Amino acid sequence: MADIPRGNRPLSPHLTVYRLPMAAITSIMTRITGQAMLAGLLLIVWWLVAAATGPRAFATADWVVRSWIGYLVLFGSAWALWFHFLSGIRHLCYDAGLLLTRDDAQRASWVLIIGSVVLTLITAILFVF
Amino acid sequence: MRYITPRKAARGLGAAGPSTGTAQHWSMTVSSVALLILTPAFIFVVASALGLPHHAVFAYFSRPYPAIVTALFLIVGMLHYINGTRIMIDDYADHTERRVAILASQLFGWAVIAVVVYALARMALSPVVAPVAAVVVN
Repeated sequence: MADIPRGNRPLSPHLTVYRLPMAAITSIMTRITGQAMLAGLLLIVWWLVAAATGPRAFATADWVVRSWIGYLVLFGSAWALWFHFLSGIRHLCYDAGLLLTRDDAQRASWVLIIGSVVLTLITAILFVF
Repeated sequence: MRYITPRKAARGLGAAGPSTGTAQHWSMTVSSVALLILTPAFIFVVASALGLPHHAVFAYFSRPYPAIVTALFLIVGMLHYINGTRIMIDDYADHTERRVAILASQLFGWAVIAVVVYALARMALSPVVAPVAAVVVN
C-alpha cells in the first residue's frame, strides 16, 4: 500500500451514528435467520435419522422434538425460515430491478415482518392439527 | 514503500475478476428459486409426519413424494446454506479465520446432506416394517 498521508480524518462508513432504516434491519435479519433456522432443521434431521434407526432411537427423538421446548425451537425456526423465504423473494425482485426506491424498500420490510409472522401461525396450525 | 496506489493494488481482485463471483451469485439465484417451491412442500411433509407413531413415520418416508421432497429440500437447502454462509464469511472474516470458517461451513453442510440421504435411503429402500414388529422391539 502507498503511504499517503491521510491525517486524522474519521473513516467512512460511520454506521453507528445513524438509526438503521427498516430495509437495513431486515437485511441483517436475513443473514441471522439463515443461520438461526439450522436449530430446527437439525432437530428434524435428528428425528429423521432416529426414525430410520429404530423404535427406541425414534422414541427419544420424538419425545424431544414434540416437547414444549422442541416445539419452541421448531416454531422459532419456522419463523426464521419464512422470514428468509420472503426476504429471498425480495432479493429476486431487487435483481429484477424492482422495489429499489426508498419507500418500496420500507414497505417491503414491513411485508417481510408481518408476512413471516402470519406464515408461522399458519405453520403452527398445520403442525398441531 | 511500494510505488503503487491502493487502487492499483486492488485492481482485478474483485468478485467479477479472476474469481467466481458471478457463478456464485447465479447459484444462489437458482437455489433460491428452487427453495421457493420446496419450502412450502417440505413444511407440509413434516407437518403430516410429525406426531405419527414410529412405524407410520417409517412408512410415510418410504413413499416417493415425502422422500423426494425431503431429500431435495435438505440437499438444495444445505448447498444454498454453504454458498450463503460464504457471502457472510467473505464480509466478516479475513485470512486464516476466513479459510477455517469456509472449510467448517462446507464440511458441516455436506455432513448434513450425507446424514439425510442415509436416513431417507434406509427408510425408502428397506422392506415395510409391520406395526406389530415395531411394538415387539419396543
